[in-house]
Amino acid sequence: MKSAISIFFKDWKSELRTRYSVNSLAMFIIVAISVILFSVKDEPLSPYLTAGLLWTVIFFSAMSGLSRTFVSEEERGTFLILQIIASPLNVFSGKLLFNTLLVFLINSIITLLFSLLFSAFIIKNIYLFTAVFFLGNFGIAVSSTVIAAIISKAGAKGTLYPVLSFPVLLPLILILSELTNFSIDGKSVEESLTEILVIICYDVIMLTVSVMLFDFIWKD
Amino acid sequence: MINISVSAENLCKNFGRRFVFKNLNFIFDKPGIYGIAGINGSGKTTLAKIISGVLSPSQGKIYCSVNSLKINPEEIQKYIGYAAPYVVFYDEFTAYENLKMLSVIQGIDFNSNRCEKLLTEFGLYERRNEHLSNYSSGMKQRIKIIFAMMNNLPLIIFDEPITNLDSAGKEIFYRLLKQQAINSLIIIASNEEADLALCSKIIIMENFRK
Repeated sequence: MKSAISIFFKDWKSELRTRYSVNSLAMFIIVAISVILFSVKDEPLSPYLTAGLLWTVIFFSAMSGLSRTFVSEEERGTFLILQIIASPLNVFSGKLLFNTLLVFLINSIITLLFSLLFSAFIIKNIYLFTAVFFLGNFGIAVSSTVIAAIISKAGAKGTLYPVLSFPVLLPLILILSELTNFSIDGKSVEESLTEILVIICYDVIMLTVSVMLFDFIWKD
Repeated sequence: MINISVSAENLCKNFGRRFVFKNLNFIFDKPGIYGIAGINGSGKTTLAKIISGVLSPSQGKIYCSVNSLKINPEEIQKYIGYAAPYVVFYDEFTAYENLKMLSVIQGIDFNSNRCEKLLTEFGLYERRNEHLSNYSSGMKQRIKIIFAMMNNLPLIIFDEPITNLDSAGKEIFYRLLKQQAINSLIIIASNEEADLALCSKIIIMENFRK
């Protein structure tokens, strides 16, 4: 575990110095939200549409920034030193910790900007939305991390990442969008329990599969 | 003195249809310097990577034991030091940060005294706080050698260790290598006669192509 935390701190310090992911994520958020605002103009948006747009922006921002954690190691050639000195489980755990923190930070900013810029985006049940936000972000971080590891050794990384991520993240995004609609409607946590359990199952399955699969991805 | 042994049993490696080597057997059973020699493309680096656990063999097994305790392939990372020109450290960190951070990632307590002693020996102590991006390729190679040696690990692999080193660097490396060989099993994959002259046993890769 100490090794995994060290990899997380290494990535965090590296990110602060190189800004590999943060810059691309920040640019994407600014551009995506600006395009939505310009195209919508004064047209009134329904609350459900803003929920869909929120998770669409979150999905594509994950696609633009989260692959960097493995891709930058591969591009700079530092992959090998990690393979020599760290176990696959520690590498995956460290990278997952980093991506989880990044997802939470970026998605909190996106959600904050949505609530400031879109008057229709009003959450009536904040507790439900918070639970959905946490579970959803963790699911996105796990899926994105393992897919980033898969595509890091491929040629057309930029194209492959969203293509591989789309079928994996689609069920999660659909449920998250549905649950965000529930929290906009003010439904209680009890009423949304089935959907919440689906997300918990998704997170557990993705985490288990990723840990089991990572050994094979990490080695030749 | 530490008791370490590394052995291979019927080791084969192929990439697709091309066999790199077949039926490779060896036993290195005590600390010392051992060599892997062969022409370019004969599989020296492939064998070094298989011993270090980075690559899996197509057939056969590698056995490693430290003080009669068998080391599982999943745990070999904690026991191995590795230096090669194709290993890349993090340019955005200083040399000292790299050495400290990578030791902690390896799960080893960072020994600052040993690290500083080796930095001094290699003439890099004064520049230890400079980013690695400012280092020349020879200085980077020195840092990789320091990292492989600084934790006194039982197994150390050097693949083409003197690449990019100047004559002073080679002299320091050979002197420290002899000291390190008292407690560690050192494997050198190289074509350099000076490297191989230090080895007590040498695997000739061409002997395992057919």
